[in-house]
Amino acid sequence: MELLRETPLIGRHREQKALLAPFGGWNMPIQYEGGILAEHRWCREKAALFDICHMGEFLYRGDIVGGGLEDLFTFSVASIPEGRSRYGFLLNEHGGVIDDLIVFRLARDEAMIVVNAATAANDFGVIGTRLKAGAQFSDISNATGKLDPQGPLSRDVVTDLLGRNISSIPYFRFITTDILGSKAIVSRTGYTGELGYEIFLPLEKTVDLWDKLLKDPRIKPAGLGARDLLRLEVGYSLYGNDLDETITPLEAGLGGFVNFDSEFIGKDALLRQRSTGLKRTKVSFRVGSRRSPRHNYEIWSGDRNAGITTSGGFSPMLGCGIGIGLVSPDATTVGTELDIRHENIRMPATACELPFYRGGSVRK
Amino acid sequence: MPKMHYTKEHEWVKIDGNIATVGISDYAAHQLGDITFVELPAKGKAVKQFEVLCAIESVKAASDIYAPVSGTVLSVNDALNTRPELVNESPEEAAWMATMKMTDPSEVAKLMSREQYDEYRKGL
Repeated sequence: MELLRETPLIGRHREQKALLAPFGGWNMPIQYEGGILAEHRWCREKAALFDICHMGEFLYRGDIVGGGLEDLFTFSVASIPEGRSRYGFLLNEHGGVIDDLIVFRLARDEAMIVVNAATAANDFGVIGTRLKAGAQFSDISNATGKLDPQGPLSRDVVTDLLGRNISSIPYFRFITTDILGSKAIVSRTGYTGELGYEIFLPLEKTVDLWDKLLKDPRIKPAGLGARDLLRLEVGYSLYGNDLDETITPLEAGLGGFVNFDSEFIGKDALLRQRSTGLKRTKVSFRVGSRRSPRHNYEIWSGDRNAGITTSGGFSPMLGCGIGIGLVSPDATTVGTELDIRHENIRMPATACELPFYRGGSVRK
Repeated sequence: MPKMHYTKEHEWVKIDGNIATVGISDYAAHQLGDITFVELPAKGKAVKQFEVLCAIESVKAASDIYAPVSGTVLSVNDALNTRPELVNESPEEAAWMATMKMTDPSEVAKLMSREQYDEYRKGL
């Protein structure tokens, strides 16, 4: 039996009457007392606080090119300026996604790699074997806490917390600053489609930071249920649903995060796929009712089973079901009539563009 | 005052003469979380006791709703088409889902009283 891991905030979650459930090997809050829709709305309108301590963080120290970090991901790490971060993938030989991740360029010879919780242990092994001798590479997940204030008011909340103006941090940049007497990273990134921050700090400080942030009435805790709706409404992929080792970034519609000028394992497979054409690719669709598609429903186009849904749910902002899937490319054209099927459920749907919801404050 | 009866699948039924009004329990509504969609049954649909009557969806999951008694659907609560959140707000009153013409009153013996249902769900 594998025991579920817990973040330092487990006691706070229980006090706040969270519904806890396993996620990526961790016992995480899915929702608090008010429910997923209320938390979703609070994040879109004000600010929500997410416990994201379960995610993995690795620290790399050494020459970026000489130590091999430059040739690991679908993008160049050496070309990321200090103080900025970049999103991309770690691939297998077949071009399948081992993980999607963000690399933070901390200094000339230092980078932090932030990965998904369920894949962290495997990622660490894979990256370790692909690096060259000489670089220091360590898993700092157990010492690192991560809290995400997200929402249009998050800048005001974090500004008041730090006692300094952070409006100068643009999207996908970060600052290193002091929080509660410790060195912390405040990054202008997130997974909600709203203006927001990801704060990395020593694990033992996360409870204090959680308490301090929540003294501000503008911000309330939100669970992974709301987070999933928020990310789906803006079309962000979820590893384990929309991405896995059998799906390439090109199929997942994320070719924009692959730099073919870089060298990385899986590049040959992606080049082959690019030249022979994709057999399946990402589709996004709106359901014609309030019904929610779910993971692994069938997507039909005409009288043909064109593929499967990889993510789906109810969009509070659109008032209808929305979903993402993998289908034969001819079924992805915007406006294509689709039928989402599962057992005796039939949901007429229409292929549409991403993001589903365009009103977010993410770049404000 | 008509009595409420409950099923193991967390539906309630209120029997008034041979008319049965059906919904889901407050416990079920709380467990499902925010309700986003109720698929109401078609009027005239005939179902047997404990067969699928209709369906409900929350932000977390899709579930079937089973008929607490056998019968034919007489009317449905159209308010749930536009306000499915009524199921969270008032599961055992305003959010009734359908009325049915009951065909076999003896089936009520297979259902639980409120007290029995409360005992039953404590053991879940």
